Amino acid sequence: MAEAYITGIGQSQVGQKLTRHPLLLTTDAIREALADSGLSLADIDGISTYPGKASGYLGFSPVGCEDLIDALHLKVRWYNGGMETSAQLGAVATAAAAVKAGLARHVICFRTVYEAAAMARPQDYPMSRSARVEASSQWTAPFNATSAVTWVAQYAMRHVKKYGMTREQLAQISLTDRANALLNPRALVREPLSMEQYLAARMIAEPMCLFDCDRFSDASTVLIVSAGDALGDVKCTPIRIAASAYQSGGRHSWDQAEVMASYPTGAELWKHTDYKPKDVNTVQLYDGFAFLAITWLEGLGFCGIGEGGKFIEGGHRIALDGELPLNTFGGQIGAGRLHGFGFAHESVVQLRGQGGARQIKGDPKVAVAASGGGPLASVLLLARD
Amino acid sequence: MSAPRPLPRLDPDNRFFWTSGEDGKLRFLQCSDCATFLHPPRPICFNCLSENVAPAVVPGTGVVDTFTINHQKWSPNMEVPFVIARVAIDGAPGVILTTNIIGSPVDEVEFGDRVEVVFEQQEDVFLPFFKKVG
Ligand SMILES: [Zn+2]
Repeated sequence: MAEAYITGIGQSQVGQKLTRHPLLLTTDAIREALADSGLSLADIDGISTYPGKASGYLGFSPVGCEDLIDALHLKVRWYNGGMETSAQLGAVATAAAAVKAGLARHVICFRTVYEAAAMARPQDYPMSRSARVEASSQWTAPFNATSAVTWVAQYAMRHVKKYGMTREQLAQISLTDRANALLNPRALVREPLSMEQYLAARMIAEPMCLFDCDRFSDASTVLIVSAGDALGDVKCTPIRIAASAYQSGGRHSWDQAEVMASYPTGAELWKHTDYKPKDVNTVQLYDGFAFLAITWLEGLGFCGIGEGGKFIEGGHRIALDGELPLNTFGGQIGAGRLHGFGFAHESVVQLRGQGGARQIKGDPKVAVAASGGGPLASVLLLARD
Repeated sequence: MSAPRPLPRLDPDNRFFWTSGEDGKLRFLQCSDCATFLHPPRPICFNCLSENVAPAVVPGTGVVDTFTINHQKWSPNMEVPFVIARVAIDGAPGVILTTNIIGSPVDEVEFGDRVEVVFEQQEDVFLPFFKKVG
């Protein structure tokens, strides 16, 4: 059977209010990924990104496939970039499908964010605002539920009321993230966070406080996805994309859906592999808002529905030296809002044993990288053979 | 009267919903053939694929399914804290509406609370807020 592998990873500097051109952040990450893989630009024949260039708000996504292809005069046979795939890592899962189908041999997958820079320099990166809201925003914005944190908070409140999730339990996501970020030289937030500080933080939307939210960042992350029959071109340890799943059933809606897409999508993942949750050595789970990581733990079956708070209680189980290390690079809360791609990047780092001070013990062979919240969900199962 | 909100752009699909409060009644789109409610409104029934769909009046009551107390000022004029809730709509099985619970202290809203619609007009839009019953 045709296989797909991640054969190179790269990342630009991660910062806030950067002045380096976002296309150059992207090429910084590409340069690093190519050096890692041993490939050259001439080997690249595919591009995949999420969500494509966001012309209405360049801070969210300042670089698209078309910019990159033409800027570097790439000779591509296949490319893909769009918002209407299920979350950020959908761009990687789609690239894996493309190389398996023979549409390309080596695909650069990238996600470039420039939100902190754009907010600092609105004259250069304006947000185009229409007088009225449309599409799905019309069902939330008129009620001042403009931020996704207010949508996530209502799912989190169900866990508080129905399953007894405590603030001390929820805190373990950001406490773990922030502890791990201290060991990641590229992490955006490199100050320790204590439980006392967490509990004293101001509320944003209950039960989510300030420290449950990631921070806007400027950065680019690149993964090179290669066909199984093209591994002779690469020099690094390839990491196999053993399975993937996209939003799998359920309403495509933040408020009409009974549960977030992380639940059906997590269950779907295991239908495409012989691996089981017990085989997984580390999980890198989307934490743009901390509670989302708990939904992934439950959705992927690492614990039962409603048991996520208890599962992470005390933080030992998900710590760097625990039985299921979580977000070993700091997640988005610690490492910055890399927007989904950071989770796959770190999975590869750990499976290759290149984590340095944050490398997990043993000989990790299997990792899960998950992205998205609400109706958006995509997940990769990654394995070192 | 609350501070100005981001208002929906009215179009052929949503106009009936956002102007429904003009006569004080709450409406959702319903399939005339199988009675399934369709929200957000679409021109086809997901259940029977009928295109025979029309707005139907519902009682205007419901139950708090979940909520959050929002403390963050997302715009300068926003008054905080306030409650954002998902209300399960009576008479429209399966339909949830994101809304605000107004008229009671934010810490007195609870899961399962019975609520009823209170419309507030802003420009040509009638916003369906909810308040606790009794
Ligand atoms: Zn019908």
